[in-house]
Amino acid sequence: MFRTLSVFFHNGRQFIPSIRSAELREPFRGRPVITTIRIDEKKAAALCPVKAIGTAPLSIDMGRCLFCGECARAFPEKIIFTADHKISANKREDLVIHAGNDLPVHVDRYAVRKEIRSVCGRSMKLRQVSAAGDNSTEWELGASGNVQFDMGRFGIEFVASPRHADGIVITGPVSVNMARALQICHDSTPSPQIIILAGTDAISGGIWNGSSAIDRSFIDRHKVDLYIPGNPPHPLTIINGILDLMTWD
Amino acid sequence: MKNRKQSAAEIKNGETIPLSAVPVLRYGEFAEMNSSLASGEGFHCSHMFAAEHEKGQRIFCIMADDTNGTLLVSSAVPGRGEVLKSLTAMHPSFHPFERAMAETPGIKYADHPWPKPLRYPESPTGEKHRMEDYPFFQIKGEDLHEVGVGPIHAGVIEPGHFRFICNGEKVLHLEIQLGYQHRGAEELLVSKKGMMEKVMLAESAAGDTTAGNASAFALVYESLAGAKPDSHVSYCRTLALELERMAIHTGDLAALSGDVAYQLGNAVFGRLRTPIINYTQSWSGNRLGRGQIRPGRVNFPFTEKLALSLEKMLAEYSRDYIEMADTLFHMPGVQARFHKTGRLTKDDALSMGLVGMPARSTGIRRDIRATHPHDHYTLVRHEPVLLPWGDVQARAQLRDLEIRQSMEMVSGMIKNIPPQGRQADLDGKKLKSSSLCVSLVEGWRGEICHAAITDRKGEISCYRIKDPSMHNWFGLAMALRGQEISDFPLCNKSFNLSYCGHDL
Repeated sequence: MFRTLSVFFHNGRQFIPSIRSAELREPFRGRPVITTIRIDEKKAAALCPVKAIGTAPLSIDMGRCLFCGECARAFPEKIIFTADHKISANKREDLVIHAGNDLPVHVDRYAVRKEIRSVCGRSMKLRQVSAAGDNSTEWELGASGNVQFDMGRFGIEFVASPRHADGIVITGPVSVNMARALQICHDSTPSPQIIILAGTDAISGGIWNGSSAIDRSFIDRHKVDLYIPGNPPHPLTIINGILDLMTWD
Repeated sequence: MKNRKQSAAEIKNGETIPLSAVPVLRYGEFAEMNSSLASGEGFHCSHMFAAEHEKGQRIFCIMADDTNGTLLVSSAVPGRGEVLKSLTAMHPSFHPFERAMAETPGIKYADHPWPKPLRYPESPTGEKHRMEDYPFFQIKGEDLHEVGVGPIHAGVIEPGHFRFICNGEKVLHLEIQLGYQHRGAEELLVSKKGMMEKVMLAESAAGDTTAGNASAFALVYESLAGAKPDSHVSYCRTLALELERMAIHTGDLAALSGDVAYQLGNAVFGRLRTPIINYTQSWSGNRLGRGQIRPGRVNFPFTEKLALSLEKMLAEYSRDYIEMADTLFHMPGVQARFHKTGRLTKDDALSMGLVGMPARSTGIRRDIRATHPHDHYTLVRHEPVLLPWGDVQARAQLRDLEIRQSMEMVSGMIKNIPPQGRQADLDGKKLKSSSLCVSLVEGWRGEICHAAITDRKGEISCYRIKDPSMHNWFGLAMALRGQEISDFPLCNKSFNLSYCGHDL
């Protein structure tokens, strides 16, 4: 009894009071900023292990980026990874950062399906499907529900059955061997059947592109409601992204 | 039989040898020698795999000598169309390796006792086993029923299918069908030519063991490139491995508390993991330590300033951790569920060839940090924690003791930081041709083995990764026998095995 009370006393309050305004510090690698100085762009593009860097003018696709930071190390004056963790978007093209652009990434509220707001404005129950995910994004999705990040306070929760869920969160590049299970799970979800892709592997296939054991056809066939980039995404990226999808504020 | 010197090449952890120095035995002799080595406690199979060889396959077996710290590497080239005698039939510990090999073209076993698909890869001819057609073991009887779970589970975890045969609440048999996570990692590690691409693949082999897999890859790549890592680089890798171990063990204790409905433990251990991984983020920019370990270098050296903040973090962590752990292990309600649940005997563990935590929790001294040390472990002189009981209690307590041990190791290490030396950039460096290199690293789950073979031009032509889960999944299935089915989540968490590391 005294032991338990002592544990309570020593741990105090752990939750982060404001998830919306919480900030991260460097060296965390979040949204990249590309300056307008001139460099050998081809050389920068060749450095990238996942071909996330486009040229003329230089751009970085956060949906492909593994946030390894090798490009920024080679061209520190051209590419800077800021600690801005709010990088989720609902339009795929918004994940591409162009040279000279230092604006925050955001969810385009007008492009969000109306039924998502009307059904899930105050509560969003999600089913997680790991389709060849490497247990890093799964880890961070789990951490988003712990006592510190506590996304349950916003009514966001992972549920045990797709029948109880408003949608699915997919992690991993989708293996051939998981393709059928993923489809069945999606089909079992009632409307609005939200689809969220979490992590670079899910958004673009990431480093797994080129493998014959990967089957991206599910992603190609369906409209995606939210992209949460990262390798893996930080819990703050995950929660803020989902909140942007649910609410107006 | 030839003596051991002629039958196998003896190498150190992370050593490169020419392929020609690996003896090619007659297959019968190969099977005989390796299975008889495995039957003693001093040796275990670290990896067995097939590599393409002159339009056929060459089978390599790597036996770890746990007493004198070496690896015995032998090989055999089966004849075309030859149906092979299974090593598993002689010693069960070889079963996952032979099942994986049976999925590559040209290898067939005559007497494998458990000939079932493992990873469901696509064969070069486009043939493929269907996931739906897995040949589950069956028991018939009116009193029995089956429970199927997965591939998608109730929690936020990776996919796999579990099939229980139960008599009432009691589990008679559990069969685990995996393969859903197969991504073709080993093939991509060969087909993607750049070093950075290969590093990223190694980091994602099992995303929760980034430091473990990245270190194992770095050891192999450095050795093949003929570069010895600077002592600061070795130091950082060791530190990253121990922080990873502490973080995940702490998270595991949270999950174990949750599974016995001990809310306080679940919340407090869950929150205690955060300062460790946040520290890793403050060091390397990523909570899992991605983007840190590269062959020949670390992207973020360990500075005096980082040492100070680590010391502060550890002081706060250890105060709250020790209080919570002491509370957990004195809770009668928790003890009642942990003790004698999911028990494995030492003999079972030896015959299945278990490694890492499940092996140490039955009293088997298998810990690469002590038996085959690499990097800074050669200086630390680690002595593994061993517990005799083999149940959930042992696996939980082992984590507790290992966290305390790692805290001590890390506290000692940060008092003496080796100066930052030369950071080698090995990208594009030519690798030794026609060679084999094997590295072993004790990740938090257990022994990780990376093996690479280069061709005549010095390109990697075969890369094999073994996650400790390859050995240990069968251990979980065995631990469930005779248990209540409701204890499955608890047993599962006490092993916490990797799905993607298994199916790669």
